[in-house]
Amino acid sequence: MGFFSRLFEGNKKTKKSFAEKLKYVFTGNDIDADFYEELEFSLLSSDIGTNATSLIIDKLKDKIKEEKIKSTDKAKDALKEIMVSILENAEATKVKTPAVIMVVGVNGVGKTTAIGKISNKLTKEGKKVIIAAADTFRAAASSQLEVWAERAKVKIIKSSEGADPASVVFDAISSAKAKNADYLIIDTAGRLHNKANLMEELKKISRVVEREYPEAEYHKTIVCDATTGQNALSQVKFFNEAVELTDIIITKLDGTAKGGFLLSVASDFNLPIRLVGVGETLEDLIEFNAKEFVDSII
Amino acid sequence: MSLLSGLGERLNHIFSKLKNKGKLTELEIKTAMREVRVALLEADVNFMVAKDFINKVTEKAIGEDILKSLTPGQQVIKIVRDELVSLMGETNAKLNVSPNPPTVILMCGLQGAGKTTMCAKLGYFLKKQGKKPLLVACDIYRPAAIEQLKIVGKSAGVDVFSEGTISPIKIAKDAIDYAKKYALDTVIIDTAGRLHIDEKLMQELEDIKKATNPTEILLTVDAMLGQDAVNVAKEFNEHLEITGVIVTKLDGDTRGGVALSVKAVTGKPIKMCGVGEKIGDLEPFYPDRMASRILGMGDVLTLIEKAQESVNQEELKKVEENLRKNTFTFDDFLIQFEQIKKMGNIADLVAMIPGLGAKVNASDIDETKLTKFKAIIQSMTKKERQNPDLIKASQKKRIAAGSGTTIQDVNQLMKQFEQTKQMVKNLSGRNMQRMFGRKINF
Repeated sequence: MGFFSRLFEGNKKTKKSFAEKLKYVFTGNDIDADFYEELEFSLLSSDIGTNATSLIIDKLKDKIKEEKIKSTDKAKDALKEIMVSILENAEATKVKTPAVIMVVGVNGVGKTTAIGKISNKLTKEGKKVIIAAADTFRAAASSQLEVWAERAKVKIIKSSEGADPASVVFDAISSAKAKNADYLIIDTAGRLHNKANLMEELKKISRVVEREYPEAEYHKTIVCDATTGQNALSQVKFFNEAVELTDIIITKLDGTAKGGFLLSVASDFNLPIRLVGVGETLEDLIEFNAKEFVDSII
Repeated sequence: MSLLSGLGERLNHIFSKLKNKGKLTELEIKTAMREVRVALLEADVNFMVAKDFINKVTEKAIGEDILKSLTPGQQVIKIVRDELVSLMGETNAKLNVSPNPPTVILMCGLQGAGKTTMCAKLGYFLKKQGKKPLLVACDIYRPAAIEQLKIVGKSAGVDVFSEGTISPIKIAKDAIDYAKKYALDTVIIDTAGRLHIDEKLMQELEDIKKATNPTEILLTVDAMLGQDAVNVAKEFNEHLEITGVIVTKLDGDTRGGVALSVKAVTGKPIKMCGVGEKIGDLEPFYPDRMASRILGMGDVLTLIEKAQESVNQEELKKVEENLRKNTFTFDDFLIQFEQIKKMGNIADLVAMIPGLGAKVNASDIDETKLTKFKAIIQSMTKKERQNPDLIKASQKKRIAAGSGTTIQDVNQLMKQFEQTKQMVKNLSGRNMQRMFGRKINF
């Protein structure tokens, strides 16, 4: 099954409700104030956010004027093009090895699960992966990661609960170097981005990677939950300020949530979307493709 | 202007252009409601819920008299806020207790909402009330979920019942037998996170419900949920007839529109809120605070309450008196520090101030600096504290050595002291009272 046919499948419900909404928007034949107002509502209700929504609508207005678009059907195509063009910049480039991927995010977005799936995928591609259990805060976090490590058959470096996460990362880097690993994936504790002390801890972990493993391509990847609303932007902003994010992973897109904040992330932060989580199985973490993503929701 | 801080300001801006005629006109209301709508959407209130809400409030507000003490903008906010409060309803809805123990509490929700942590917090909360709770590990799917519940249960000092990864329905039933046998009066069932559209797993929850006849079925929702919250709440409610809602992760900076959305579609009360990572970080739900938060006006009430609780009014009065007499000394300064420290984590407090929360980087506020300043003042002699003019170069050197700081630190404190002195001199005693003693009306 192709990557995005999976997304289509997972998103059937998403697609339906969004399509229904848009049908309502696009059945009127006049491109008038009502049309734009309804369009605005539709975009906002997909968690696209006020900034990206007005950006999209302004662009659509320009385009309708420029290309003398008269019908709402044509306007729909134009809308798709605009959304794709915003997201196209967000397609991720290939990772060069050796690489370190530090996975960060707020609590409960699915960081550990995503790491399990990534490790599995990379191992299947014949890559050598080591994971570092640097979430030493949450109860049983390293045990959870261990189960994933077993499933993916990768080595895990861990320490006791309450240990200094930076020291776990230090050990993991030594191991990655000694074993010539292609990927070192670091699981960090979920933290709310407005907690200064926890963000400082993250900076410290990040400094260890920069200092100890400069030869590796360093990815600082935020995981966001597709069911999140506008707070996703705040998350990206604060984590970006702390560790200069390099890419983003979206999880839980298999529900009815649209993950519309992705457009805001793309337009406001210029952050490549590395992977998209569309289901519960090991294979359900897929690469992002702008056109197919837009097609799956409109 | 930031939406987070701006609703009040923007409404005032709109109304400043209009003449105050003593009554709100339809045009004024409609213009204002456009701003309110944006505020609600930015707070992640579901757009249909926001639409209904706006229509309702508009109807109510047209023609309403503007109270003498308020500007038209404030009047609109008051109407909006009152309506939000009444919609979210029921302050501090209590957990129901079954007449035939054990009381069964069934926890449910999406993945990552924070159910397992919340189970332990609830257990701890109930234990403190003299109950004998039991936590039950029915999440047989997520790796290490059972182990996690065991660990958090231990830190809460609450027993955890688990039987490995057998059928959760059997585990739940066995747990109730166990509770009866050992006279435990409350059984809290932790279930696996699941998607509301996952028919198979939703059926499993229905089966657990049937087998355990819970008194409370609590939907746990993440405060950061977006527009989809209504679908989630609706599905869970239709499948299970939930009895209440718990909102988690409210210690983040999200505006938490989910509270309104969920209440609107289910009609079920919000019973508790998770507000931190520690086991005791569980609070009742306050609709009035939530309303202010959704409108982006910060948690002013909480802040005021905290300030009132922790500030020693008498000490403050003395400081105030000295201020008036212009005899503000380092001793007074020290009292101020202590007051600030008592009010709790400064970063937390700042996050609650409307507008500031988003602008001030919490790490800018350095609590270690306060500690340092305190040490410096404590290294001064009594005379020096009373009369800062006595502190010259050699005294500074001694004070720095005594407090384990540098002369630069001492200088910095001296400078800050002078600034504070100047600043508070400009505040009349009445202003001080207003800062700490009374509730602020927006």
